[in-house]
Amino acid sequence: MQMNMVASINNALKLCMQENKDVVLLGEDIGRDGGVFRVTDGLLDAFGSDRVVDTPLAESSIIGTSIGMALGGLRPVPEIQFAGFMLLGFAQLLNHAARYRARTRSGMSVPMVVRTPASGGVRTLEHHSDSPEALYSHIGGLVVVEPSNPYDAKGLLIKALHTNDPVIFLEPTKLYRLFKQEVPEDMYEVPIGKANLIQEGNDLSIITYGTMVPVVKNVVQKRNINADILDLRTINPLDEKAVLETARKTGKVLIVHEAELSFGVGAEIAARIAEKAMYDLKAPIIRIGSHSFPYPFPGYENYYVPNELKVSKAIDKLLSS
Amino acid sequence: MDEEGNVDAALMPKDLTDELIVKMYRDMSLARAFDAKALSLQRQGRIVTYAPTLGQEATQIGSCMAMRENDLFVPNFRQHSLYLLKGLPMEKMFISLRGYEDGSKGPKDFKVFPVVVPVGSQVPHAVGLAYAQKYKKSNAVVVSYVGDGGTSEGDFNEGINFAGVWKVPLVMVIENNQWAISIPRKNQTAAVTLAQKAFAAGLKGLQVDGNDVIAVYKAVSDAAKLAATGDPQVIECVTYRLGLHTTSDDPLKYRSAEETEEWKKKDPLVRVRKYLAKKGLWDDSMEQKMADEYRALIDDGVAKAEAFKPDPNSMFENIYSYIPETLKDEEDDAIASNYWQV
Repeated sequence: MQMNMVASINNALKLCMQENKDVVLLGEDIGRDGGVFRVTDGLLDAFGSDRVVDTPLAESSIIGTSIGMALGGLRPVPEIQFAGFMLLGFAQLLNHAARYRARTRSGMSVPMVVRTPASGGVRTLEHHSDSPEALYSHIGGLVVVEPSNPYDAKGLLIKALHTNDPVIFLEPTKLYRLFKQEVPEDMYEVPIGKANLIQEGNDLSIITYGTMVPVVKNVVQKRNINADILDLRTINPLDEKAVLETARKTGKVLIVHEAELSFGVGAEIAARIAEKAMYDLKAPIIRIGSHSFPYPFPGYENYYVPNELKVSKAIDKLLSS
Repeated sequence: MDEEGNVDAALMPKDLTDELIVKMYRDMSLARAFDAKALSLQRQGRIVTYAPTLGQEATQIGSCMAMRENDLFVPNFRQHSLYLLKGLPMEKMFISLRGYEDGSKGPKDFKVFPVVVPVGSQVPHAVGLAYAQKYKKSNAVVVSYVGDGGTSEGDFNEGINFAGVWKVPLVMVIENNQWAISIPRKNQTAAVTLAQKAFAAGLKGLQVDGNDVIAVYKAVSDAAKLAATGDPQVIECVTYRLGLHTTSDDPLKYRSAEETEEWKKKDPLVRVRKYLAKKGLWDDSMEQKMADEYRALIDDGVAKAEAFKPDPNSMFENIYSYIPETLKDEEDDAIASNYWQV
């Protein structure tokens, strides 16, 4: 069935709720309103207010109570309305969700999936366009997932709900309704921790994820570039094997993400390649990210977020070196 | 019960038999014996930083005994007695206090959740846990603990607010020991009581003498019954931290010895012992026998904990439900490089 990402995530939630009555959704405006992006539309009527819980407006406690629910045997799926507001729950994630398993030597665990719309490109108000994946990926114990298409979104979310770890599930706002894709109506999983080589080529490797996947694909298709495109899908744990494999194969690596450049996911990937595949490189690694300051007001976003031209120029530089 | 061990018979909870009051005294005494030993071990460098419970035994034991078998406890970091009372082996207590997570893994279906250090952050967990009890119709009530300082935290106020909206089976015990490290109760909030913070969340709040084990028992028993019906409760137990915030702290820097001396007169154990002695239920030989018994129990736990051999591989194996390849590489590298030899 043709689905956009909103529909495929809604479908994944519905299937998981049908499968397991311990799956409980909670968040601001997710019930009657169906969430501000309508991702949870229809689920209140289908499953009732005990399982689709509209919460008071307090992000720390949306995460904190979800931790308690998970400890109590439920499988909560908290929604934080925008990733920019999730910092209020950051302490709960770092101090408890990531630590409970270690703290109790696996006597207790926190199986939950924190869903939140992330990244920009849709002219929103301040704090509604942030890309915080590096913040969460820095915390061992959390899984950080970011799909780039409806098929992966559904399969990754189902896999996340079948996993006994806390998962941060970042949903790129810009991709929610950007395109439709054939998505099976049945349950299926996309593995966590496995990157997806969406196009194979020999001249260079482009490592990316989330909102930058369509940008990279457009450039490569328009210019008919002979490139590996690796969509990480899971940011932490990183699929290091796939990263090193493509780096060794082409010897030229471009890393593209929307998040701020400095101290970001690109730095981690570049460092791992430098440590383990340095001598296979034919050119210095190039990283592309947004500029190293917080996301601006929407009027400036096109000057801030990487675009096709920026990617194209980096490709030229690598190909000519 | 007043400081001389006199009880107003009309207020005495009907279910509180002499036998149970003896148990209360014995449990409070165990908490105190454990506390003294832990403090001594810390001073010898044999355990890490320790937060003493001295003076707060009535609040902890009274509230613990008020709960039923299947009820759940979500403490902060000063409620060591709960673990002992609910059956965590003594050696595990000391394994934790020696700095190993292995001590925090309770027996199967253990009712007490692990120590939470960031003040107040356990409150939302308790609320979510209570939601799970209601959802699964388990009949269990969750009791959580927070200090006077913790009531200033956002998580406390958010948590009890959620509890009110969700109508979950929660008893929130505020263990008001008057001091949040160096900040006195009056500088923590302009609110006249801490219990009244419940009202803003639409919950009932009650203030009780936290050094009177029978009053705490009564208040928490009543609260648990209401909580079980979906009417969450807040109880402020007014007590006093006779000792240190933690072993890293010197209270004389911020409070007078006179103040502490005044509170020593309200010692929660002394009054119970007086009550029991007057009724002929306790005497010096029983006290001595109990002390010997506890010393043996605690010393045995310490010996076993000191024999515990940590396994550094366990650090890697308990982060995720599986070991990601990158983490496995780090583990293998650490083993291969042999730098774990200490």
